[in-house]
Amino acid sequence: MCLSIPSKVVEIDENNFATVETLGVKRGVSLDLIGEPVKVGEYVLIHVGFAMEKIDTKAALESLEFYKKIAKEMNDGTISQDEGDMGLSKMNSNEKG
Amino acid sequence: MDLINDFRDKTHILNLSKLIKKASNKPLNIMEICGGHTHSIMKFGIDKLVGENIKFIHGPGCPVCVMPRHNIDEAIKLSSMPNTIFTTLADMLRVPGSFSTLQKQRAKGCDIRALYSPLDAINIALENPKKNVIFFAIGFETTTPMSAVVVEKALNLNLKNLFFHINHVTVPAPVMALLDDENVKIDAFLGPSHVSVIIGSKPYEKIAKTYKKPIAISGFEPLDMMDSILNLVNQFNENKFEVYNEYDRVVKPNGNEKALNLIKKYFKEVDFSWRGLGLIPKSGLDLKGEFDAINARKVFDCSVESKPENKACICGEILKGRKNPPDCKVFGKVCNPQNPLGSCMVSSEGACAAYYKYKRGS
Repeated sequence: MCLSIPSKVVEIDENNFATVETLGVKRGVSLDLIGEPVKVGEYVLIHVGFAMEKIDTKAALESLEFYKKIAKEMNDGTISQDEGDMGLSKMNSNEKG
Repeated sequence: MDLINDFRDKTHILNLSKLIKKASNKPLNIMEICGGHTHSIMKFGIDKLVGENIKFIHGPGCPVCVMPRHNIDEAIKLSSMPNTIFTTLADMLRVPGSFSTLQKQRAKGCDIRALYSPLDAINIALENPKKNVIFFAIGFETTTPMSAVVVEKALNLNLKNLFFHINHVTVPAPVMALLDDENVKIDAFLGPSHVSVIIGSKPYEKIAKTYKKPIAISGFEPLDMMDSILNLVNQFNENKFEVYNEYDRVVKPNGNEKALNLIKKYFKEVDFSWRGLGLIPKSGLDLKGEFDAINARKVFDCSVESKPENKACICGEILKGRKNPPDCKVFGKVCNPQNPLGSCMVSSEGACAAYYKYKRGS
């Protein structure tokens, strides 16, 4: 089962093996599939004992900012809830390109 | 920032729900390819948040569900050999073969072990040098590179007692097979999360363009999925057929290139006979010829006579998106998670298991 739970790297040993923390639980994962250096404190996506990829926290923040922007525009009436906004999507947003 | 709970924010989810309902003004069939998405839809009630026009078709993105019975029969035969330790990921243990399951074989005394990670197969082989250890490898592109890492480590350690029964499959091939089937009505796709982490967003561009279908690669969290669905509705309304990478915090255009290179190094494309979809050319992977010495299919006798599927089970139709679990006469009755007749009820990612767990349609 795919569990896309982000995990924080808390330790890396000399064998390219990391200890990660997932929802308070620590476990060991292999970094053999990560093509770039991984630092303690960074977040990775894990699956069956492997880190699959680093998580780009800047991109995650941009997504969350986009949702906040929608909330603000819905609250102040910029987006009409009666009509919707057909062009609204992160894809079309200046922030996300 | 909380990478989990911030993507489950109720206010934002409901805002997107309103926008989706307003924008969705005509019927739209969205296929979620991945079993993880099927579960998110049920778990978070996403199907109740998108309005009446949007219908979800559950795709063939559950590796256990698409495994043909014949391959399970091969696994059971291998696991029954003397002097053998058979290893696999836990999902496979309860999948019915023609005459038995790996779990039943284990109860009869076969040494069958469920692994937390494919890497555990290496340790088992090192700890048991006089036994043949077989790793039964399953999964889409998500798990193929992990198998490749294990193959590489086994070769580097010159392990002579670890063998691989490879059953890896790819996502784009069955998607195109479904789109070629005129009986399957799909307007748009939610692209898988983890598979896309490995293969990237680019492989979907050809599908979107050729078949004129919008595709949104989505994370598993409800906000990810709602954002992706809103994008698909907008694309559908505007007659666009683009690939939207909603999951850009993890998915890159070219994917995980290190993982892809490992796949290319050890595996070759082969035809694969999918449960429900039939034979799809070049949709599976097996070890390249130079690794025959560790390929269980080449080293051991895997020949088995398989029985046809149980006629009462409609897993095949469900995997094609033609039917939903409640359409099956045995769903939730004779077939349930404790006594699964078909693979879609066995796997935690299967559509039937999701409907049963979240009490839909029973």
